[in-house]
This record gives sequence, structure tokens and C-alpha cells, in this order.
Amino acid sequence: MRFQDEYRDAERARQFQAAIARVTTRPWTIMEICGGQTHAIVRYGIDELLPASITLVHGPGCPVCVTPVEMIDRAIRVAARDGVIFCSFGDMLRVPGSREDLTSVRAQGGDVRVVYSPLDALQIAREHPQREVVFFGVGFETTAPATAMAVHQARQLGVGNFSLLVAHVLVPPAMEAILSAPDNRVQGFLAAGHVCTVMGYTEYEPLSRRYRVPIVVTGFEPLDILHGLYLCVAQLEEGRAEVENAYTRVVRREGNAPAQDVMRRVFRVVPRKWRGIGEISESGLGLREEYAAFDAELKFGAEDIRAEESPECIAGLVLQGAKKPTECAAFGTRCTPERPLGAPMVSTEGACAAYYRYRHAGMASNE
Amino acid sequence: MSDNTDKHPPGPRSCPIPIAQYPHVMAAHGGGGKLMHELVRRMFVATLKSPELEAEHDGAVLPVSPGRLAFTTDSFVISPLFFPGGDIGSLAVHGTVNDLAMCGARPYVLSAGFILEEGLPMEDLWRIVCSLRDAALEAGVRVVTGDTKVVERGKGDGVFINTSGIGLIDHDLRIGPTSIRGGDVIVLSGDIGRHGIAVMAVRSGLEFERPVTSDSASVAGIVAELLAAGLEIHCMRDLTRGGLSSALVEIAHKARRAVHIEEKQIVVMPEVRGACEMLGFDPLYVANEGRFVVILPAAQAERALAIIRRHPHGRDARIIGTAVADERPIVTMTSRIGTRRMIDMLSGEQLPRIC
Repeated sequence: MRFQDEYRDAERARQFQAAIARVTTRPWTIMEICGGQTHAIVRYGIDELLPASITLVHGPGCPVCVTPVEMIDRAIRVAARDGVIFCSFGDMLRVPGSREDLTSVRAQGGDVRVVYSPLDALQIAREHPQREVVFFGVGFETTAPATAMAVHQARQLGVGNFSLLVAHVLVPPAMEAILSAPDNRVQGFLAAGHVCTVMGYTEYEPLSRRYRVPIVVTGFEPLDILHGLYLCVAQLEEGRAEVENAYTRVVRREGNAPAQDVMRRVFRVVPRKWRGIGEISESGLGLREEYAAFDAELKFGAEDIRAEESPECIAGLVLQGAKKPTECAAFGTRCTPERPLGAPMVSTEGACAAYYRYRHAGMASNE
Repeated sequence: MSDNTDKHPPGPRSCPIPIAQYPHVMAAHGGGGKLMHELVRRMFVATLKSPELEAEHDGAVLPVSPGRLAFTTDSFVISPLFFPGGDIGSLAVHGTVNDLAMCGARPYVLSAGFILEEGLPMEDLWRIVCSLRDAALEAGVRVVTGDTKVVERGKGDGVFINTSGIGLIDHDLRIGPTSIRGGDVIVLSGDIGRHGIAVMAVRSGLEFERPVTSDSASVAGIVAELLAAGLEIHCMRDLTRGGLSSALVEIAHKARRAVHIEEKQIVVMPEVRGACEMLGFDPLYVANEGRFVVILPAAQAERALAIIRRHPHGRDARIIGTAVADERPIVTMTSRIGTRRMIDMLSGEQLPRIC
């Protein structure tokens, strides 16, 4: 298959492996931002191809994982209401709230539907004018434009029974939070290729300068990641700190202007709470005043729900690269994909799920 | 066993229930009265034609030859009822027949229980019954007993079907995970993931340049030939829900042996790979309905492969791995880039991802 096989080639992987080994002389800690990259790294054992002195830590770029428990509780409150059709990406359904998840709401008679695009949810709203249709807008800059487009169209078409529960978050503020932490150990970043497809990478340039940290825009296939790692290590070894693009087949420096435009028209930057991390200022997107009528939290009075994370789940530390999933006492025992304590164990992009699935093999614990 | 297919199927050539009178299934079609009798006789008995059904007894009375029997049951609740490459009727035969074949049995007879939802278009039921008949003919099995119920509108999903099957075993092999020996090889009968993606595509409105058709098929013919060739089959397993990985993990666990496979030997059609990339699925976990693995001594692997490949459903068969003696019961895979990882069973359902 084109654009896939050539990036999963064993011979070229060995060449990259040798090249990285050649340039590495000192220990380095590098964080991949995106959960998709985390999964590729663990799935293909890319960390095992690296010199022992290079440590990979996994970043906050799993949209499901960073959505705080109180946002899930708000989703559950809205989804359980009579007459509501609650639409969500499939990933969100099994994320635990304080007491239950969205699949339990569905089992108890709530109309919870998996959609593939926010525009599908808008279509459902148009087909069911007597019902309230709510879309759970989750994700980073990658998915925000599509959510924005759905609300924008809803307003243009006058679809009053459509609204959004917005939990969108932004990557650069999270990176800044990690870099400015007193115990930060991340020395270089692989930036999330798909976020950069939308946003470009100019916004990473000030970060790279301010914190003297290399940031390499990286794709998701094994060779993409090895390429990104090679560039990152080379910068670190040479004492450079620049933004480089290792994903040129997809990402341009300025990103996708029309997508950014619709995002800016519909959303404004707001403070947002992150699971296990807490509130980060200017780290999320909320609806602008002129779209307030489409805000499900206001419409259904869910904005006052507050909840605390499970004290046993170390999602916050995992999401900031401070701990590996296997360093959690509950990993694979009290926390499994079947009975998760936190989102990183159930999300398809969660670091805990990746370690469980590709390294732990659940059956070993069942013996 | 597919030599029956070019004969004209028995039974009526068009929907036997007058459409003008009953365009949809009605509650009375399950009520035990005249309407029900008409439906049973004209739709089911006349179409599925077997001496046992035509006898219209309470059950089928069957002669049994010496040897062992295999007995299995499966229920089919698929939505949509019709999908590229099959429908709930053919699926209800393939699922049960393949389970019998995996026991090393020759499928002999089936039962078919239909739970119909009030309002189901009669024409749809007709198509489903015809498809079930054709699949049974192709698999060399006959429907000898059945049942029909009608549930209120909203209490079913069009139609649910349960089939149970009896198969005959006329060899002495002990086919099952505990017969697996270290050094045995694992042969996979074809490409994977097509059924799951074909169904998912209909549900989600995904479109492909070349449509993905389900792999739903009977593998009883292939298995019969493997057995007739005198191969020392240690274990067989069809890949259904949970896909290849769940089947292998189950086998490893039961056999208490490690299983090792090679990713590059596993054939996945480009459209299926593309859809999986987009939806965030792993083809190893996607459902199949006409694929199986056979595990047997290495020395016999090439012969098995040649037999499977002669069949249209087995063209992409490959040796994908080996069973290893005296190791922890885990499944590992060498990836395309040469690294090794563990394979776990599917947890919950595969849900489409965010981005």
C-alpha cells in the first residue's frame, strides 16, 4: 500500500537505527507529543532500536486521555437527558467518569451514537428536528476545524437543535507547561505531525528559542519516527535548538489556512482543565459569544459539574512524561482496559493502553 | 462439496408469499394460525426443501453412522442484514458449518430458528431464506428442522437467526489446542479483515474505489480435503469476532505453548488496510467469516498449503508462524521492521478513533 509500506521497511529502519547510533554520544530524553506516535513506538518496538542512552517519554497528545473526568461527567449528564441524541467519536465512550462511562448511559437507555465526523452529527440534527443533538467536541487542533465547521454550518442553516460540548485543547500551551516545570527532563520534542498539518509549525519557533529545545515535526509510521528521532538527536548533539520538519510530505510551515480561519471564527482561546494536570491557562478552545446558543454546557446547565480524578490514577504524570505506565502500581492489576482507572488505559492513543496491549499481554497476568 | 452450486436450486423461483397481500411480516405470521402455516410451508419448507422438513414433524429423525458427532450452535444478529459479499442468511450457514469443520467434522444437518421483527419486508425475508438455502447447498449440508417467531416492531432488528449443526467425524484425529506440539506450523487460509470492514463500511458510509466484500464462506470443503489427504492436523480455529489475534491468543492459552507469527506473511488487502488506518483499527482484530488457521507438523505444511490454495477462498493462504514448546503461553509477532511485540486479545469492542 502506497504511503505505508515504504515507511515500514525493515532495511531502511536498520539504516536509521545505525545513523542514530552513530550520532549519539550522550544521554538524551526526548518526548513524542502525540499518542498516535506513542502507539507506533510501542507497537513497533522503536525504543528498542535506539541506543540505551536515549530515553523516550510519552507526551500529552492523546485527546481522550487529557479530557478531565468532570468533562466526562458533564457529557454523561447531557447524554442521559430525555430527548437528547449524544454524538461522539468512538474513543470517548469507554473513558471513565467519576462513576460510569458513556457506554453505561447507552445501556441504561440513553441515545449515544458513534459518529465519524461532527458533520454527521449535524446531519442527524437536521433529520431529527424534534430532538436535541449534541456533539462531544474533543481533540487537539487536528479535530477542532471540523467541529468548528459543523457549528458554523449549523448557524448558517439555522439548525437550532444542534449544540456542542466543547473540550478542545491546544498543544503548545501543554508543551510550555512541561518545559517550565521545575523537574522537567524533556530535552527534545517530536511534534505531532497531524496537528502541524492544520497549524503549521511557526507557533513552535518561539518555544524552541525560549527553552533552547529542538522540536521536530514528525509523522506516524515507524520510519517517520526514526527520521524525527535522528534529526532531534543530531540537533541535541550539535547544540542546536530549532524547529525542523521531518514530515514534509504532509506538513507545510504555514499549515492549512482555511482550517485555521474557521477555527478562529468559531472558537476563542480559553483556560482548560487537563486530566491529572489541572488547569492550564490559554490551553483550550471555547465557543465565541456569537455561537453561545450552540453551547451544550449552557443549554443543559452542565457547566457547574465538578469532579476530582481517581487518586490512584497517575495519568497526569504519565501524560507529562514524568512516569512510564509500567511505573504505576495499578498497571495491569487494578487498572486494565476492561476495568480502567483512567483514560490512558482505554484510549486507542493512550500510553497505558499501548504498554498493556503490546508489551504486557493481559493473559500473562491471568495465569 | 461445492459441486452442487451450478444445479438449479430447488423450491419456488419468486417470493412465495403474495406480496400484494402481505408486503411485510405481521404479528400473525408468528401466531400459530393459518398465516403462520402458510409462511412456514411456502417460505421455509418449500425453499429449504429437505425430506425431514417436508415431513413436518416436531423434530427431524436422522440415521447416524458409527463414529463421532460434532454439535454446535450460533446466533446471528448482524446489522445491516445485507452487506457486500453476503447477508444474514448465508452468514448463518457459514458460521455454524465452519465451527463444525473446525472440529474436523463433515457438516451433516442444520437447524434454523428465525426471530422476525414485525414489519420486516417479505421480499427481504425471501432473499435471506434463498441465500441461506444456497449457502447450505454449497456447504453440502441440509436444513432439517426449524422454528419461526415474530416479535413486535421495535423489539428485534429485522431478523435474528439461530442455527445449530451436527457434523460427522470419520477419522481418529484429536483436533484441538492440546494436540499442538512444539515446532508445529500455523497456516492461515487467506487474507484477513474483509468481513469486519465490509460491514463497518456499510454502517459508516465509507466508500472504496474497489468495494470490500466480506470473506464470508464455508471452509468445510477445504477442511474435508485436508482430512482426506491424511494430514495430521493438530488444531484448527476459524477467525471470527476478535480476528486472528484473539484466535491465536486463545489457542496459545489452551495449548500452553507460545505462538510466534510474522507480520509480513499476513495478507491484508490494501482497501482493508486503508480503512483500518483511517478508523484506527488493527486488521489483526477485525472479524472474518471465511478464514481459519490450521496447525500441523512442519513437514506437512507445504502439502496443506497447496490444498488450501487450490480453492478460490484459499488463494492467499500462507504459513504465518510456529508454535514453540515449553514457553509461556503468549503470542508474539515479528513486525515488518523486524522488531518483536506481543499480541493480546481484543478488549471490549473496537471503537473508531478520534484522529
